[in-house]
Amino acid sequence: MPVDFLYPEYEVIRNPQRCIACRVCERQCANEVHSYDTELNLMKSDESKCVNCHRCVSLCPTRALKIVKTDHTFKTNANWTNEVIGEVYRQAGSGGMLLSSMGNPKPYPVYWDKILINASQVTNPSIDPLREPMETRTFLGKRPEKLERNADGSLNTGNLPPNLELSVPIMFSAMSYGSISYNAHESLARAAEELGIYYNTGEGGLHEDFYRYGKNTIVQVASGRFGVHKDYLEAGAAIEIKIGQGAKPGIGGHLPGAKIVGDVSRTRMIPEGSDAISPAPHHDIYSIEDLRQLVYSLKEATNYQKPVIVKIAAVHNVAAIASGIARSGADIIAIDGYRGGTGAAPTRIRDNVGIPIELALAAVDERLRQEKIRNNVSLVVGGSIRNSADIVKAIALGADAVYIATAALLALGCHLCRSCQTGKCNWGIATQRPDLVKRLNPDIGYKRLVNLVSAWQHEIKEMMGGMGINSIEALKGNRLMLRGIGLNEKELEILGIKHAGE
Amino acid sequence: MKRIYVNEKWCLGCHLCEYNCAFANSGSDDMVKALKDIHINPRIKIEEGPQGISFAVSCRHCTEPLCVKSCITGALSVDNGVIEVNKDKCVGCYTCIMICPYGAIMPGNDGSVIQKCELCTNNSFGEPACVRGCPNKAIVFEER
Amino acid sequence: MNYVIIGNSTAAVGCIEGIRSVDKAGKITVISKEPHHVYSRPLISYLLYGKTTEQRMKYRPDSFYEDNRVTPVLGTAVTKVDYENKKVVLDNGDEIAFDKLLFATGSSPFVPPMAGLEEVENQFSFMKLDDAAALQKVINKETRVLIVGAGLIGLKCAEGICSKVKQITVVDLAPRILPSILDETGSELVQKHIEKQGVKFILSDSVAQFSKNSAQLKSGGKLDFDVLVVAVGVRPETKLAADIGCKVNKGIVSDIHCATNLDGVYAAGDCSESYDITSGQYRVLALLPNAYMQGEAAGINMAGGEKAYDKAIPMNAIGFFGMHIITAGSYDGEAYVVQTEQTYKKLISKDNLLKGFILIGDVARAGIYTSLIRERTPLDTVDYELIKEKPQLMAFTASERAVKLGGAKE
Repeated sequence: MPVDFLYPEYEVIRNPQRCIACRVCERQCANEVHSYDTELNLMKSDESKCVNCHRCVSLCPTRALKIVKTDHTFKTNANWTNEVIGEVYRQAGSGGMLLSSMGNPKPYPVYWDKILINASQVTNPSIDPLREPMETRTFLGKRPEKLERNADGSLNTGNLPPNLELSVPIMFSAMSYGSISYNAHESLARAAEELGIYYNTGEGGLHEDFYRYGKNTIVQVASGRFGVHKDYLEAGAAIEIKIGQGAKPGIGGHLPGAKIVGDVSRTRMIPEGSDAISPAPHHDIYSIEDLRQLVYSLKEATNYQKPVIVKIAAVHNVAAIASGIARSGADIIAIDGYRGGTGAAPTRIRDNVGIPIELALAAVDERLRQEKIRNNVSLVVGGSIRNSADIVKAIALGADAVYIATAALLALGCHLCRSCQTGKCNWGIATQRPDLVKRLNPDIGYKRLVNLVSAWQHEIKEMMGGMGINSIEALKGNRLMLRGIGLNEKELEILGIKHAGE
Repeated sequence: MKRIYVNEKWCLGCHLCEYNCAFANSGSDDMVKALKDIHINPRIKIEEGPQGISFAVSCRHCTEPLCVKSCITGALSVDNGVIEVNKDKCVGCYTCIMICPYGAIMPGNDGSVIQKCELCTNNSFGEPACVRGCPNKAIVFEER
Repeated sequence: MNYVIIGNSTAAVGCIEGIRSVDKAGKITVISKEPHHVYSRPLISYLLYGKTTEQRMKYRPDSFYEDNRVTPVLGTAVTKVDYENKKVVLDNGDEIAFDKLLFATGSSPFVPPMAGLEEVENQFSFMKLDDAAALQKVINKETRVLIVGAGLIGLKCAEGICSKVKQITVVDLAPRILPSILDETGSELVQKHIEKQGVKFILSDSVAQFSKNSAQLKSGGKLDFDVLVVAVGVRPETKLAADIGCKVNKGIVSDIHCATNLDGVYAAGDCSESYDITSGQYRVLALLPNAYMQGEAAGINMAGGEKAYDKAIPMNAIGFFGMHIITAGSYDGEAYVVQTEQTYKKLISKDNLLKGFILIGDVARAGIYTSLIRERTPLDTVDYELIKEKPQLMAFTASERAVKLGGAKE
């Protein structure tokens, strides 16, 4: 047996005085870290299998467990870090690409944390959302160029382009059935319905059970065209063309054959066990004109009743691309920043490709305004929206709404162990193993999602009220409400905001 | 009346209900103290079968309780719908074990009297500990 | 409405509780020869054993009669029922009128004619509280006890007094103990266990001649004893019922509503017969649960409600010196047997139904088997292989479990 160069990254610390050997940890670990020695009446652990997902820690009734990062180390080297060395060992052993999941974990700047929000003092008094009406409702889609009135002077609303109405400017972004479980999808769908927002099928098709949530569903059409058919397109409230994704710009989605089982296979309309490899590009799109054809094909197919979203990853020339999309007939542009999550991506791509959503958003909004086509489209941004302050900042930077996914998964129990690609998610989210899927009870999951979004809605109202603003509409693109901190001139220029103190 | 209902679809077979039951009925306020190094004898028990099926079984608190009707001592009685055992009267004849269609009554720790779920009405928990500790709502306590 | 119940044991309590679940107002009178508050008869052996007390062995709380507005007439026997005039006549001359009458007269010990029996001074039956109290008075560490009858009553008596006397010998005509509930293998296992406690068995034998303190056995041996307990069997008390024209076989014949052939007259408990669904015959099922459920059904029907008692089966839960035995049903059919040194399991199936079982040593969840018999569950609707291994709800279908555990409607 070859020498294993890798030392386990985490250690399972069990407090023997607290452990009652109930074996819950053993039963709950799909990675088989824990085991019970009947002779010694002792729980044991094999930390080499631990992914640090905390399932055991969370369910241990006596809090006898914790997982710590090992302090075992190579000779300290700021350049050849433990992680870098470990990756070389793994690749030298396997000969394969490194795979990871969830979003880019590298210590790049987080611009949200370098932007501060304004509040009113004395003049333009703040608004108390507990006592005053506060509107978080927002609409996504084209804006009409001018108001039209009927002969009697009333507004003519008959010719309005199709819009999405959101009770709060938050949507659950695309996660396919297959990459996440049936129960995760059910949780998202039910939460979206209760909240009056939308969730997104991703490129895995729509399970037949979830057609009833159609009015709160965005159906995605991606380069693999998995699960796309007439009923599917008609089922949703909007259709999203996925060009790219923040976690892996430039490549298509990959779902290993092991996850293509049963209903997943049927819903995707591909054989069981076959890898679902979406092509990197859409093979029918090589230009904005090609994109326009697809946009209008989809509109035609759905009788021009549904807005069409085009989703791209935030890349270097995102502003120019967005400008093109805004002219393609799309109603909404979704931009996914480089911290966006995924069920599986090549590590190098996840960690090194794309740009921050904050800069991409500012650039796109500015470009569309300059070109006087901002009202052609709505802008939805995602790629690591972590809390309600990020949302307020995104809207003030010009977004119409945000997409959240990692935060939604966290609400469902995800502990960001970033091992989705193994298919053994102990929290029942990124897995198709029935014994693991059942760990996520949608009755609990959907409620937690509703709680999260409701809590954020309250916070958004508080922050808006503080600024003296009583509607999302009035916050949109209101960059005067933002100041940068610790940012250089160039960054401030791109973000279009002043520095704190100015 | 509120009862315990089990939905095996959500049962993970984690056995936490058994440990929470054993703790709740231990009289101790510390789970470690109560359960360390002992073989628990809970009033709720998980059945595990093929294909990953598992579910918890505890007293159903039947409206037509065969155990109460069959009890030879009068130790089993119904109080506000809750079937209780008077351990002082019970002589451990196991007639209730013979008749309970759910197999939800079992000998107590030394076998001299029986034990059964009393919905935690007679311990310091006050509400079923199995339900409170179930991580996946596989056991619920509801009025239906 | 006037309800009169003759008898004051389990069936009477069932009847009272049955009546009160329907009729809160009617007048209930309970009449018994015994002067005691209702107590549990099977507990007399536990009383001797020291596991219960007279107070704790009360079958219902002290306030039971008051709570249920019952007039107890205790220590008084019924001498006659005047069915025509709808009244009962007591031994003190009183008469009590009834609209509905329940015979819950129970049974009495059967003492077969045995030569010289009259010479034995210390001889006892083992049925009632007074029997136990009398027995307790005469035994001590030096007492040699002879018990005639290796059935449930005789052996429970042996267990009750075992630690309090010098020697116990059990004699029975039958070749094995507990023949009414066990098969040969079971009898042997239990006998060995009881023998370990010092109880001696003389089987396939009987007493040819008693003298004051000794018994001459048919086989030729001679046994000296100080105290004799006769526990050969019981006979249903049917005389009062028979006198007024109730149909009587071995016990008083009553239908599934516990009604006799006479209008307004019911019978329940050890004095009556039930339809045993496992054998398809009317039998006296002298079992406490049976008595309660018959009594309850009788009470509800007497009060104008509707209750059928149509799931009667023989069943017994009994233990000797820590070894528990649960049996039910009848044993004619295909047997599935598992035996270890300390445990025995036998399941008997026939015509796609579980007909009976014997469990010794490991009786956990036996009620699941009992339920299969009582409910006449077709075995092809459950996983019989699984449930044979051990009683478990896993053997039922998921939808059946949803009804049993999940509150789903049937």
